[in-house]
Amino acid sequence: MPSSSLLVRDLHVSFGPVEVLRGVDLEVPRGTTTCVIGPSGSGKSTLLRAINQLEPPSRGEVLLDGSGVADVNVLRRRIGMVFQHFNLFAHRTVLDNLVLPLRSVLRLSQEEARDRASRYLDRVGLADKAPFRPSALSGGQRQRVAIARALAMEPEVVLFDEATSALDPELVKGVLGLMAELSSAGMTMVVVTHEMGFAREVADQVCFLDHGLVVESGPPAAVFGSPTAPRLRKFLDQVL
Amino acid sequence: MSDLVDTFLNWDHITAVLPDLLRTGLVNTLILAGSSAVLGTVLGLGLALLGLSHRRWLRWPARVYTDIFRGLPAIVTILLVGQGLAVVARPVIGTNPYPLGILALSLIAAAYIGEIFRAGIQSVDKGQSEAARALGMTHVATMAKVVVPQGVRRVLPALVNQFIALVKDSSLVYFLGLLASQRDLFRIGQDVAANTGNLSPLVAAGLVYLLITVPLTHLVNFVDRRLRDGQPVRGGDTLAEFEPARA
Repeated sequence: MPSSSLLVRDLHVSFGPVEVLRGVDLEVPRGTTTCVIGPSGSGKSTLLRAINQLEPPSRGEVLLDGSGVADVNVLRRRIGMVFQHFNLFAHRTVLDNLVLPLRSVLRLSQEEARDRASRYLDRVGLADKAPFRPSALSGGQRQRVAIARALAMEPEVVLFDEATSALDPELVKGVLGLMAELSSAGMTMVVVTHEMGFAREVADQVCFLDHGLVVESGPPAAVFGSPTAPRLRKFLDQVL
Repeated sequence: MSDLVDTFLNWDHITAVLPDLLRTGLVNTLILAGSSAVLGTVLGLGLALLGLSHRRWLRWPARVYTDIFRGLPAIVTILLVGQGLAVVARPVIGTNPYPLGILALSLIAAAYIGEIFRAGIQSVDKGQSEAARALGMTHVATMAKVVVPQGVRRVLPALVNQFIALVKDSSLVYFLGLLASQRDLFRIGQDVAANTGNLSPLVAAGLVYLLITVPLTHLVNFVDRRLRDGQPVRGGDTLAEFEPARA
């Protein structure tokens, strides 16, 4: 699995007069998983969206394996993203959801694209759903297809934006399991999540974000076990 | 009473005009409406894309165009384009009024179709284009392969309505002056009605219009139903099977 380190330096994002990210630094070593936690409105999702330029940062840089990527489409090709609401292409079959970007972005032949798409669908356990429309799938299945779609591009880093928040409770476990599997397989991942159990068990590093700044970060044992920042302590009191 | 029936439904007049209506009028009406439907759809899609642009100098002309051609009576546009451009276009197209008539009808249709497409494209969830962009697809590829196909599908019924309007509006081309062989349904019905002093030929022309438009109306309903059934809001959630835990 291709994998790179991700370095975020002094990232600022503003929506009009409101500065949502106020200088975020984040270092995600190759093959590790960083979970980003924090209250709603703290800028977690904006951080992920700024990393792949869905929200253009007003300042700061994003480095893959130590170097910046000038072409935004190349950057996005090298960084996969999984969304809260899956965002599968509603007019395409499950297989075509994977084939379309493989053809359009990586310029694979129809045959290569279908081969690779089937392989990745199989990997998330949904090979049998290939000919269906996304609307015929459960939320959990849709999210696994979305993960397969991101993985099929063979990105060096994958961002997960509250990937399980829109799922019915009984479907959450399957998706988190898949994410844990990817993490232990050596994928570089940044996971915005409300699942503190997942963060504690899977993350190599946990970052607590509040008001657009990283307030505290460290290994999960430290962040959850002996939090120092009062805001983090208050947040953990509320969610645990 | 029998006078009234004779005025509108004189069987001899109807059967006399029918061959001409079908062989000449129907063909010409379909040529006019069909060509303008194709050209109007192409122009309309272009207008919609311009109208949705983030660049003001692209968006603005599209809006002005739409306001003008939607705001003018069809007959005004047809006469202005058909007669106004006739001198310029004569070396290329001769005196045939069809090319300019089709152009005028297309320009009008494009304004309406552009608005239909714009609404459809705007109704596509933003997440669709974000997902495409996040995968590294270019803006053009995202529009062409993800957003526009979904937007267009959603407005097919409204589009067919516009085609129906075109079939009816194509009759206005007669104002440009048509040779006998160029006459559309309306003109043939009207000519024979004037000659015989009986309205039955015009009624026959109307019936042939209905022959085109009524099936189209039902096509709209059919397409609409298909789209509704094909895209249930909560999808096949009923088909959802229990998710095995993979942890």
